[in-house]
Amino acid sequence: MTDATVTPASDAPRGTPLLDVKALRGGYGPIQVLHGLDFHVHEGEVVVILGANGAGKTTTLRAVSGMIETTGSVELRGEQLVGKGPADIVRRGLKHVPQGRGTFPELTVEDNLRVGAFVRKDKEVEADMAKWFEIYPVLHERRNQRAGSLSGGEQQMLAVSRALMSRPEMVLLDEPSLGLAPIIVKDLFDRFRQINRETGTTMLIVEQNAQLALGIANRGYVLETGEISVEGPADALIHDDAIRKAYLGV
Amino acid sequence: MELFLARIFDGFSNGATYGLIALALVIIYKATTLINFAQGEMAMFGAFVVLVLATERGLPMWLAVVVGMLISAAAGALIERVLIRPFDPSDHLPLVIITLGLFLVFGALAGIIWRFDPRGFPHLFPAGNAITVGVATLTWYTVCVTITMLAVVGGLTLLLKKTKIGLAFRAVSSNLESAELSGIRVGPTLQFGWALAAAVGTLGASIYVANPIFQLEPSVMARVLIFSAAAAALGGLDSLGGAIIGGLIIGMVQSIMVQYVGFIPNELGLAAAVFVLMVVLLFKPSGLFGTKSVERV
Repeated sequence: MTDATVTPASDAPRGTPLLDVKALRGGYGPIQVLHGLDFHVHEGEVVVILGANGAGKTTTLRAVSGMIETTGSVELRGEQLVGKGPADIVRRGLKHVPQGRGTFPELTVEDNLRVGAFVRKDKEVEADMAKWFEIYPVLHERRNQRAGSLSGGEQQMLAVSRALMSRPEMVLLDEPSLGLAPIIVKDLFDRFRQINRETGTTMLIVEQNAQLALGIANRGYVLETGEISVEGPADALIHDDAIRKAYLGV
Repeated sequence: MELFLARIFDGFSNGATYGLIALALVIIYKATTLINFAQGEMAMFGAFVVLVLATERGLPMWLAVVVGMLISAAAGALIERVLIRPFDPSDHLPLVIITLGLFLVFGALAGIIWRFDPRGFPHLFPAGNAITVGVATLTWYTVCVTITMLAVVGGLTLLLKKTKIGLAFRAVSSNLESAELSGIRVGPTLQFGWALAAAVGTLGASIYVANPIFQLEPSVMARVLIFSAAAAALGGLDSLGGAIIGGLIIGMVQSIMVQYVGFIPNELGLAAAVFVLMVVLLFKPSGLFGTKSVERV
């Protein structure tokens, strides 16, 4: 929980990455979506994967977290994850927040947070919950309500809190901005940056909202039809003409 | 008035059993949104196991029921592991066929092992009447069945609300994918549901045939399953309390209709209960206590 783990916004060569993905292929049944992806994320980094609809962003995250049949190599701290199921992968500290926020609509807000901490064995779960209630007082007000009755923005707050209740080393966020008002999205990304700074949690964010995502990221990749087409530091990508045209609408 | 009271008492004792089997259906439905058509036959088989334990092994009746429930739980867990888990949980048709197959298998197996002649089942509760009001008698059986039913629903509620496996179970039934991503092992969690349902079913069937007016035979639960499915649907399919209330309502309707609605012959009492269900679902499609699948995004 120190600032020491915060990384500079550069792609300076470093040691072994926390997450190292090589020649990743995967899809749904006979349909291959990913055609050999290589990317990596260093400890403490925020990395964003940009791409249009259907480029394979969601599939990439599903492949990394063990939700679909995958070939290639996904190493977390040098340990091979390909072939492991999602329940095993989250136990190793890699937490995937799926598109649609993964809310448990019939469960109360509090129980949603408890499910988030399911893999933990320590005694500080309640203390962590209190911490998130402090950060998002609206969740505290609604702690006994069914999570399905929360607004989209509140559900996204719940998703972030729930994900971090497992105290992951790294989170995978699938289009967190989807369906949210711009003002809420802005607040959400500020929160991501703050969490990354304060806890050193590594983040891999898949987004269409390039402006905001690159704004808090160290590095970025652009995914086109299942392949990485461009990669580089976030600063460089945000000024790249092709990317500005394609994803920033300028 | 006394006759009415008598009918209410009758309805209560049957309704409580429907409620217990409905609970078993609801447990599996909550986990998998699947109706286990074999639930009644599994329960019947479990009651036979209880009978064997009590009459041939000489166990005290209550202990025979407890051991029978444990054996049923193990069998339920095994069925889930071998016959259910290999299939895609979101594709219901193969699973429905499997439960129908199990329905036939358990019926046939019971017939082969124990023959088809009805057998008396030992008393589980004290005999005699607790209260007598004219012709209406409230038997100890009805009183004990009601208490048992409330204890079971209370126990299940605590198990689901207060334990970690209960939390896992509720998470899996709410959002399977997200539960997996939270580190919950879905297979064993569903297996727990099957074990729990099988144990509750065996208790329900044992109580049903422990009623002095019934006997145990391989076909005894077929009717009960229909009433219980109606009870579960009436209660909303995913609500434990709803299953019990649904069971009681179906039991009452069955007993009152036959008494007071003259043009319905006894044999149609079954259809009458289902008709009530139809009317309720027409106005409340998610049942009396079911979760409406309304969700904000």
